[in-house]
Amino acid sequence: MKKDTLSEKKKHKPARHPADESYLRLVFRRFVHHRLAAVSLIVLGVIVSAALLAPIIAPYDPQDIAGPFAQPPSGSFWLGTDQIGRDMLSRLLYATRISLLVGVMATAISTAIGVLLGLIAGYFGGAADMIIMRFTDMVMSFPYILLVLVAAAIFRPGLVSIILILGFVDWPGIARLVRGNVLGLRETNFVKGSLVAGMPLRHILFSEILPNTVAPILVYATSVLALSILDEAALSFLGQGVQPPTASLGNMLNGAQSLTVLTTQPWLWLPPGLIIICIVIAINFIGDALRDALDPNGGK
Amino acid sequence: MGKYILKRILIAIPVLIGITVIDYAIMCMAGSPLAMLQGPRVSEAAIEAKEIALGLDQPVWVQYFLWLKQLLHGNLGYSIKSFQSVSSLIGRHIGPTLLLMGVSLLVSLFLAVPAGIYSAIHQYSKGDYAVVTVSFLGSSVPGFFLSLLLIDLFTVRLGWLPSGGMTTLGTAGGAADVARHMVMPVMVLSFSMAGSNIRYIRSAVLEILHQDYLRTAKAKGIGRFKVIYKHALRNALIPIITVIGMEIPVLFGGAVIVEQIFSWPGLGLMTMSAISSRDYPVIMGVCLLSAVVVLIGNLVTDILYAFADPTIQLD
Amino acid sequence: MQDTQNIPLIEIRNLKKYYPVKGGILPHTVGWVRAVDDVSFSMMRGETLGLVGESGCGKSTIGRLLVGLEEPTEGRIFYQGRDLSTLRKNPKEMRRIRTRLQMIFQDPYSSLNPRKQIYEILAQPMLYHEISRRDTIHRDLRRLLDMVGLPETVLGKYPHEFSGGQRQRIGIARALSLHPEFIVCDEPVSALDVSIQAQILNLLKELQAELKLTLLFIGHGLGAVSYVSQRIAVMYLGGIVEYGDAQELFAHPAHPYTKALLDAVPIPDPAEKNRPRQLLQGEIGSSAAPPDGCRFHPRCPWARPQCKNTRPPLQKVCSDPAKQSAFSHDTACPYGQEGSLSEWENIS
Repeated sequence: MKKDTLSEKKKHKPARHPADESYLRLVFRRFVHHRLAAVSLIVLGVIVSAALLAPIIAPYDPQDIAGPFAQPPSGSFWLGTDQIGRDMLSRLLYATRISLLVGVMATAISTAIGVLLGLIAGYFGGAADMIIMRFTDMVMSFPYILLVLVAAAIFRPGLVSIILILGFVDWPGIARLVRGNVLGLRETNFVKGSLVAGMPLRHILFSEILPNTVAPILVYATSVLALSILDEAALSFLGQGVQPPTASLGNMLNGAQSLTVLTTQPWLWLPPGLIIICIVIAINFIGDALRDALDPNGGK
Repeated sequence: MGKYILKRILIAIPVLIGITVIDYAIMCMAGSPLAMLQGPRVSEAAIEAKEIALGLDQPVWVQYFLWLKQLLHGNLGYSIKSFQSVSSLIGRHIGPTLLLMGVSLLVSLFLAVPAGIYSAIHQYSKGDYAVVTVSFLGSSVPGFFLSLLLIDLFTVRLGWLPSGGMTTLGTAGGAADVARHMVMPVMVLSFSMAGSNIRYIRSAVLEILHQDYLRTAKAKGIGRFKVIYKHALRNALIPIITVIGMEIPVLFGGAVIVEQIFSWPGLGLMTMSAISSRDYPVIMGVCLLSAVVVLIGNLVTDILYAFADPTIQLD
Repeated sequence: MQDTQNIPLIEIRNLKKYYPVKGGILPHTVGWVRAVDDVSFSMMRGETLGLVGESGCGKSTIGRLLVGLEEPTEGRIFYQGRDLSTLRKNPKEMRRIRTRLQMIFQDPYSSLNPRKQIYEILAQPMLYHEISRRDTIHRDLRRLLDMVGLPETVLGKYPHEFSGGQRQRIGIARALSLHPEFIVCDEPVSALDVSIQAQILNLLKELQAELKLTLLFIGHGLGAVSYVSQRIAVMYLGGIVEYGDAQELFAHPAHPYTKALLDAVPIPDPAEKNRPRQLLQGEIGSSAAPPDGCRFHPRCPWARPQCKNTRPPLQKVCSDPAKQSAFSHDTACPYGQEGSLSEWENIS
């Protein structure tokens, strides 16, 4: 049910629009108008496809010792090799893949949790709302990184646990957002009309209410995605995230904590750092443009 | 007003209790800290004695109340590793962290408030685009990567600034020395905070600028400068209060990473070493402390809000 | 079938809806808003009852109570003689009956989900309640749209592509799609342009006659309400103050509030410009703290000392006993008609 409405949302249109232009076209036009976002979309597209195609385009196996130790970039190793002789370009491609995977999965989990709790709190109100919102307050009171670090210390650090940790920590913002929107939507006549028509609860929640709050969720989810990628990087950098030999953008930077790497082998830490910045900034710009483009009150 | 403040405090109490429960529950998931004592050198009897001394033979909920009772007496427990009391450990490390956080908050506001207001007043100008772009960069660059870049530049290449610590070893220290050590950590923390703050203040000021009463003021023929500085800025106080409230948890989180990189001898560094040695009472204490500080921060923000905006309603 | 001819389709008895007023530091109920306070009436099949009153008098609340959007605080609602509150234990039967009681909303802009095509808005409930099937839905929708005067092409469009009048037609189609017997029309034309109002009113009138519908027509002005209604109930602060056949009520209003409402209707005739008019003073009272006695007495030009003490019940207007059987006409004001005035004084 939910999947349906999510996939359908793109063709649907909110209320206040000139009838002569389809909503999607309007959104697209406003989005492209945002030049930085258009560029970001291209940059992100390139990075994502490179990551997806890593098994095909990577010149070496990322775990294989393919050449001499710590060699600077050269013709055969475009980005050089690491301390044990693995090809940096291949590792970078696979690391991007892992980091994107963590970001997307963690965002998906936290969005699902946030949407569900927000829907319940907003629609049912009363005690359910009180309990959920106080719980949200509690989770939000813990400094985010600290909570993640503690969780990472308790559970064995690794790919799956990092996804779960980030996913289970990042939902309060979305829950609050959804709740606020549902509070308003619950009182609309189209929801009342559906109730009068005797439609079941799942229809009201997922078919009437949810599609009308997808746009702000989408915008919020982009910032969650950016944050998740940053947090994975920070955690892995601190050695509490994705564990070697699996490469992630964060743990590739881990080596730069040593002064020799930092000063004499910049090819080991500059590229992953720059890729993180590119991904995160592109996502942030896209989110910003989406916010403007989806804003029903926005002119232009 | 008094009623509003009282109500906010009453809402905060169950949240506070919930925080202690969550804090305790997380630590219980970690399993028994006793496991760390096990080793060839510890006899069975010693483990048991330790267990009873720590109250670990009791059921979980009894342990929670034992712990809560201790807490109310100001006792956060003892470090499993160093056997020092957690409160004294925190007390020893909190000073440098507060210094770092306070200075960073001030610097970030000092950057963000003028930049945000400028950007809002000159919406869609070249300057606005530049400010917004830089602010996005601020919130997109990972703090630890920025730290590496700064160390590479200021310590390694230019040799201007020390790469870590709070004072130069073997010297008496002094304010100037501490300040020199603080430059880079403060830069990293305030740059990443300023990013989101600029955009928040910008959109808040934009909203204020579009309000009817400002249009009225303009229509009355009051000059642009006067409109902005007399009418708009007073209302911009509210977003600034909000920003400070929002930044408290971010500061705590950021401090952990930054202190680790720059070996700043504060709570963050202490927490990281506690995490790596699975010293749960210490981790628990820091978590609890920061959650309570965040909660109090939110409470104070809400109350300041009520003073800045008399029209605020109870939700 | 014979049975259902004699018992009212809808009957409400002593219906009350109080909303709690929360207050204090630890939120608790500090008072009640008496939105609907002891209202009773019944409607026969095929009848249209107009419910008028100022905004906030509780008329929309009665509509929402009837279609199950709200639960009554006290009192009963009967549908074909069956108590709806006892039916709640039987969800399946409840759902079936719910489809029989539909509603048309005031604001046609917010009553249609902006993210759905008209096809989805209309078809989903019909398919869910198995009123239509996948293979017959298009035929059924076409017939439905034909009834409300819309072309089939609307199905693929979104609500924002329509004007207010067209949207209200869609709203009517949605209400009709489940083959209801009773429809609450909650100010269905007050959000529309004046030029469109008449079209929608005519459509409702036609549909009512054609489908033998029973309508509760809620409005705040007497004009539109009297056009479609055979009987009219006038509400003030949660209670009905006058109830009767539309023509009789217009000709001989027996309650000062009804008189004032009628006098407030502008008459486009210069000769009538200086007619004696009874215009209301003051504001509608608060239903959280309604006045004692007759709710209307603080604004009433005829108020007497005893009006402050007892709340007068609805009673027959019996100016002419011969007429009484022909017209039902009740009023809550004992002084509205000289005839009844002395009677009331005799009783009390």
